[in-house]
Amino acid sequence: MNRDTRTIFELSRPGRMATAQVPKVPKAPKAPAAVEMADIPVNLRRPSRPGLPEVSELQVVRHYTNLSRKNFSIENQFYPLGSCTMKYNPRGTHHAAAQPGFPGRHPLAPAAHSQGFLECLFDLQEILKDVTGMTGVSLTPMAGAQGEFAGVAMIRAYHEARGDAARSEILIPNAAHGTNPATAVMCGYGVREVPLTPDGDVDLDALKASVGPQTAGLMMTNPSTCGVFDRRIEGIAATVHDAGGLLYYDGANLNAILGKVKPGDMGFDVLHMNLHKTFATPHGGGGPGSGPVGVNDKLAPYLPVPMVGRDDAGGFRWLTQQDVPGSIGRLSAFMGNAGILLRAFAYALMLGREGMHRVGEFATLNANYMAARLAEHGFALAYPQRRASHEFVITFAEQAKTLGVSAMDIAKRLLDYGFHSPTTYFPLLVPECFLIEPTETETKEELDAFIEALVAILREAESDPELVLSAPQSLPVKRLDDVKAARELDLAYRPPGE
Amino acid sequence: MPFIPHTAAEVDAMLDAIGAESIEQLFDEIPSQLRAGELRTVPEARSEMAMLRLMGERARKDQLQLCFLGAGCYDHHIPSAVWDITQRGEFLTAYTPYQAEASQGTLQVIYEYQSMMTALTALDVSNASVYDGASGLAEAVLMAVRANRKNKSRRVLMAETVHPLYRQTVATIVRNQGIALDSLPMTASGVVDPAALNGHAEPPVALVVQQPNFFGLLEQVDELTDWAAAHDVLVIAVVNPTSLAILKPPGQWGEGGADIACGDGQPLGIPMASGGPSFGFICCRQAFVRQLPGRIIGRTEDLDGRTGFTLTLQAREQHIRRAKATSNICTNQGLLVTAGTIYLSLLGPAGLEGVAGQCHRRTAQLASAAVTLPGVTERFAGPFFHERVLALPCEAEPVAEKLAARGILAGLPLGDYFPELSRCLLVCGTEKHSDEDIERYVTELGAALSSTEAVA
Repeated sequence: MNRDTRTIFELSRPGRMATAQVPKVPKAPKAPAAVEMADIPVNLRRPSRPGLPEVSELQVVRHYTNLSRKNFSIENQFYPLGSCTMKYNPRGTHHAAAQPGFPGRHPLAPAAHSQGFLECLFDLQEILKDVTGMTGVSLTPMAGAQGEFAGVAMIRAYHEARGDAARSEILIPNAAHGTNPATAVMCGYGVREVPLTPDGDVDLDALKASVGPQTAGLMMTNPSTCGVFDRRIEGIAATVHDAGGLLYYDGANLNAILGKVKPGDMGFDVLHMNLHKTFATPHGGGGPGSGPVGVNDKLAPYLPVPMVGRDDAGGFRWLTQQDVPGSIGRLSAFMGNAGILLRAFAYALMLGREGMHRVGEFATLNANYMAARLAEHGFALAYPQRRASHEFVITFAEQAKTLGVSAMDIAKRLLDYGFHSPTTYFPLLVPECFLIEPTETETKEELDAFIEALVAILREAESDPELVLSAPQSLPVKRLDDVKAARELDLAYRPPGE
Repeated sequence: MPFIPHTAAEVDAMLDAIGAESIEQLFDEIPSQLRAGELRTVPEARSEMAMLRLMGERARKDQLQLCFLGAGCYDHHIPSAVWDITQRGEFLTAYTPYQAEASQGTLQVIYEYQSMMTALTALDVSNASVYDGASGLAEAVLMAVRANRKNKSRRVLMAETVHPLYRQTVATIVRNQGIALDSLPMTASGVVDPAALNGHAEPPVALVVQQPNFFGLLEQVDELTDWAAAHDVLVIAVVNPTSLAILKPPGQWGEGGADIACGDGQPLGIPMASGGPSFGFICCRQAFVRQLPGRIIGRTEDLDGRTGFTLTLQAREQHIRRAKATSNICTNQGLLVTAGTIYLSLLGPAGLEGVAGQCHRRTAQLASAAVTLPGVTERFAGPFFHERVLALPCEAEPVAEKLAARGILAGLPLGDYFPELSRCLLVCGTEKHSDEDIERYVTELGAALSSTEAVA
């Protein structure tokens, strides 16, 4: 195991460099203000060189290759992180986005020389409208949270355009992702939480008591973060609509129903999709994501720009604020995470119509299979009376009490077994929980192996609890001191003595 | 079935374990009237080969040979090792490093990235990146409003010379939080005038300055920063990271330095690729670290006292603080940051200076060659870096279209952004350009201009 934790800075030696990468070595390396810079006034020049590492090309390649080997990833391990949809990211999609013409396309190139790119985006807009049951799509949001921002900003623009500006509150079920309330606040709204019933649905009576003339809208995920489909969604939609509010669909869990149910048919007015989940684009260690938004006719006038439309000659063109005067505006300098959009489109082309239906089916099959097998082994499902959607919640509340091992301990021990842990301690309302999402791309053998590992870990917790409590043992580091990290902030390397 | 591994026998065995008769039955909690019908627009499935053929055909339509267009996205050489390593599955297909022990690779890369960005900007701390430069500026503006304890104004003064697409993005994102954006107008020289600041009765909460500005011109950042410091105004610097090899870093502007620096990391090893994904960076003074949005990585120790890296200061973030978080942001651009970190390691201080110097030299060469053409002048005189505004004797847009038809991106026609500059092209040279490339540009520009005049 590689336990070298030196940073690239500690490999640095003054005067060393990856010479092949330097376009032209300055003649006097000690003098940053070389002769040809004479036209830049001295007071605007950098007085000394930045403290970047001075290393050889091989050192760089070896250092970062070795660092990569300290990561778990989908391509190395089963990664059943609930609500994150860690499915296989087809390698072909990266090649699609790398076809000559795409990587070198400047974002401000004239439309006449961008027809290939624009056509891909246009087609993707149409596909996403179809799978969501919406009438308008804008691809520009760069992540789910930015899609949420766009969606709630559109809700606000809608109410303001109708002179209905007193609506001040967004309703959010208390199992929601943290991004939902944070987004509502960024859009200038207050947040009111709505409780769930014991079986995981939104408490319709509580919702009815919460709506009113102050209600701008409701943000909700369905299936919810509890891994169940809210059966009374039509009643929820009617309640919010009757109060004059709009319905926002958080597409984090769209994989569960892809090709089976369209959010537009459930009564949602606006949604975002996480292409890095449902459309298999890579998560990249935390990003890039991509969060296109879809709307029905009520909100179409407010969609963020740019979008792609047809021109009179049958070609494709950018739609800007001039075409969509009510637009909430622009969310990035150019066209969001364009390369991710190309990958999602390539994925959709390979799935095709039938493949799209099967995503939801097999994601649901895998989750229900795991839930059933784990229940057989005595694990406690949080919602045993319900069908699992594409994910499900188990709770270790009992084990925490009787064996003294927490969900976090079990999660860490799973790493020793070569599995990435499921999402832990979320949803917040289930104690000591795992949210498990296997996705459709995993084999039955892999699911079985994971279940066996969990069974083995519980046995260890009975016979040798220290093994579980001190896990992981086999990774590059043991458990980290988060308190020290926050108290003695060390956020950037400084050379010794500085 | 694309990407679904199940055999028919396995499906049966799994349904048995569940106690269901069919996959269909697993959807029995969904009201039947909500069940989707056929998908109409989604095409039939294609093999990878057929998909790549279609994508390849479309991509080829967009190929151009020479790019002299910058305006926030730059055509630099990317060392081969950058993406060979970045595309390793361990980086490409990991998620946010919630399980630190299983994510030390990503975590250490981001720590090194934060270190490099603070070195470049000469500020104390960096976050783990945000989506892009424009949305990063919006986050920086929101951060400044929270961080400025001495000045509770909600008016932000933004130089008119900040990239217009950045200004539009900021307007969208801060609009609903009661923050007003005022414009500090540019002078005839294409920069803002520090003396004009004294006309502001009530000091704004923050001043946004881009260096080099949208036109490639250098602002008087020392004077602007000193005025701000004297009036309890925070300075937000928007900078091109490549330029920081040569230009004074924001942390050293004026007497006390800028407070926040942000910008787009695309020049650091990210292909132009239609503008995204790239990454936005935000650096700031130590005192403001708790107001920084987004992920932050810290170095710490494990139980055995060994060095390790972990997400820290999470109490700022949406998954903990929910409605009270500093931002709703949930991702960083981890993959692009990995590429940027490898790029900066390969270039090092001398290499980055070499790239920046070559960019500047090629831009100067391009501009001085272009003004030998009849009727072509440099629109603004003052000192510049990496970009230049050419004034043509006619409208710029048709000229740019003519050059595009000859395989050359001639620069950005400015009329859409500044109507009074509709005869101007913003051009950009990089280290990729050779003497021959520049000669070809000038020859083609000359031909386009004479044919345009002939028509006129």
